[in-house]
Amino acid sequence: MHPLLRLLACAALSMAVIGAACGGGASEESTASKTAAPVTNPVDPNTASAITGVVTLQGTPPSNPPINMGSDPYCMKLGAATTPVFVVSDDSGLENVFVYVKDGLGSLKFPVPSSPVVLDQKGCSYSPRVFGIQVGQSLDIVNSDETLHNIHALPMANREFNRGQALQGMKYTTTFTAPEVMLPFKCDVHKWMNAWVGVLEHPFYAVSGKAGAFALAGLPPGTYTIEAWHEKLGAQTQQITIGPKESKKISFVFKV
Amino acid sequence: MLHLFAMLVAAFTGILIFAGGLVTSTESGLSVPDWPNTYGYFMFFFPLEKMVGGIRYEHTHRLIASTVGFLILVLAAWLWRAETRRWVRRLGYLALAAVITQGILGGITVLWYLPDPISIAHASLAQIVFCLTMTIALATSPGWKRAYAANGPAPDDLMLQRVAVVTTGLIYLQIVVGATMRHTGAGLAIPDFPLMFGQLIPPHWDSKIAIHFAHRAGALIVSLAILATTGHVLYHHRSRRELRRPALLLLALLATQVTLGALTVLSKKEFIINSLHVVTGASVLVTSLVLTLRAHRSRFAGAVGSRVRFTPGPTIRTRPTVSPLETTRDHG
Repeated sequence: MHPLLRLLACAALSMAVIGAACGGGASEESTASKTAAPVTNPVDPNTASAITGVVTLQGTPPSNPPINMGSDPYCMKLGAATTPVFVVSDDSGLENVFVYVKDGLGSLKFPVPSSPVVLDQKGCSYSPRVFGIQVGQSLDIVNSDETLHNIHALPMANREFNRGQALQGMKYTTTFTAPEVMLPFKCDVHKWMNAWVGVLEHPFYAVSGKAGAFALAGLPPGTYTIEAWHEKLGAQTQQITIGPKESKKISFVFKV
Repeated sequence: MLHLFAMLVAAFTGILIFAGGLVTSTESGLSVPDWPNTYGYFMFFFPLEKMVGGIRYEHTHRLIASTVGFLILVLAAWLWRAETRRWVRRLGYLALAAVITQGILGGITVLWYLPDPISIAHASLAQIVFCLTMTIALATSPGWKRAYAANGPAPDDLMLQRVAVVTTGLIYLQIVVGATMRHTGAGLAIPDFPLMFGQLIPPHWDSKIAIHFAHRAGALIVSLAILATTGHVLYHHRSRRELRRPALLLLALLATQVTLGALTVLSKKEFIINSLHVVTGASVLVTSLVLTLRAHRSRFAGAVGSRVRFTPGPTIRTRPTVSPLETTRDHG
């Protein structure tokens, strides 16, 4: 073969390999299979109980680190911001703590909500920063910003993904196939953007809100291990037993 | 003209390595999740105003890489058209194959979320591409073609040839270890310098500390090898400009590189310092390669009339020879 032709053939072959390697699609639907789940809730509503409580922070909370958004003019014009690691109320209530039933539900299976959970990229941050979802439940990841983001999930038990959302209003829907607490997200474009999701096979989870309050409702009577997770302070667990139609209060205290 | 173009290609390859260093130093490798497109855009049409955050580093790296790929394609074609030496033409083809493979590795590492082996291979092959383009630039230079005959026949110093080859090999190995350290996140596994956890030897070990330690130990070994090579050149071949200049440059680059390595740790991997450490390492490698090739010049075809067997001391014995690399078509 003529050397030039050989050269061109090599180049063409390489391009073909490149083309094969870059396959994939622009589909905005994840292909992850959904877990089979029952249609009805196994908990008898006449005996359903609840666990409520509050998460507090003991000690002076460290100041949240300022965010330098200088790498993106759109984000920068939104004004100064800090990373909301410690969101603490006047009465020491700690927000953004993921509280969930870690153990005690046995082999009970729960229906998967048909409504999706929404993770919004808004104001160059994730909203919500900490949230929960059930295995098989849809997660809609949307971009409400006039800049682009990539949404990069870094799971241990689920499938990793990294999707680009170049335009405002873009949406990517996915599901998770295995329980995982906590599964982090990050944006590689804007290093300060982080979020965490707790993926569970049941609906008994909550994120502490204003004043650190949370509620786990609709539980069957039993003895449970409840865990509270904070992105910096780690996790704490407690055991609690509740009877039929009972409501008990517990509290978690994180120290700094 | 071909030599100037080859120099340009080599320079661009060095710039590309610096840009690649910026991508890893700023952890921007996945800021563009798709490949070869950029956020669905054909990469050359990606809007400039969207180059924000980590995209600036990753997309710029891709643009420079495409430019280098195109330049090497032109270089290979030019060599095929104009170069009479078969081995130089083959270097051009090899550089083209290497840069295409490099592009594919770069794409795969993005699509597969930066697996360590692929990322390390990408970083290591980059050095090979740099070496190939630099070798082509050297082989097409007027000095090489004249066999550096201005100061008489090039010496055939076996000792220098051996120590230079070993030094270049050690530098490459050290860069591969460095790439492993970067891509496994072991850059600050030992947080202090020059001591290690306040001691000469780390008091505790894990895989990251071991990799980091290997890079520091490698730096010491490479430094000794470079000192041996350059010392030999400056002691025995001071009058040979083509050897003295890369030797002096090698010493300067070594000092710079060790300083940058220390600063990388002390600054907790400040991204500019970190990236300069990467590109200076590549410069050390190609400088050593140039010195090695020049030390071997008498063994290539086209050496001036004879090979001068160098013996240490004032005596230089000359013996006529025919280079084993000489062919009917090749010269130099």
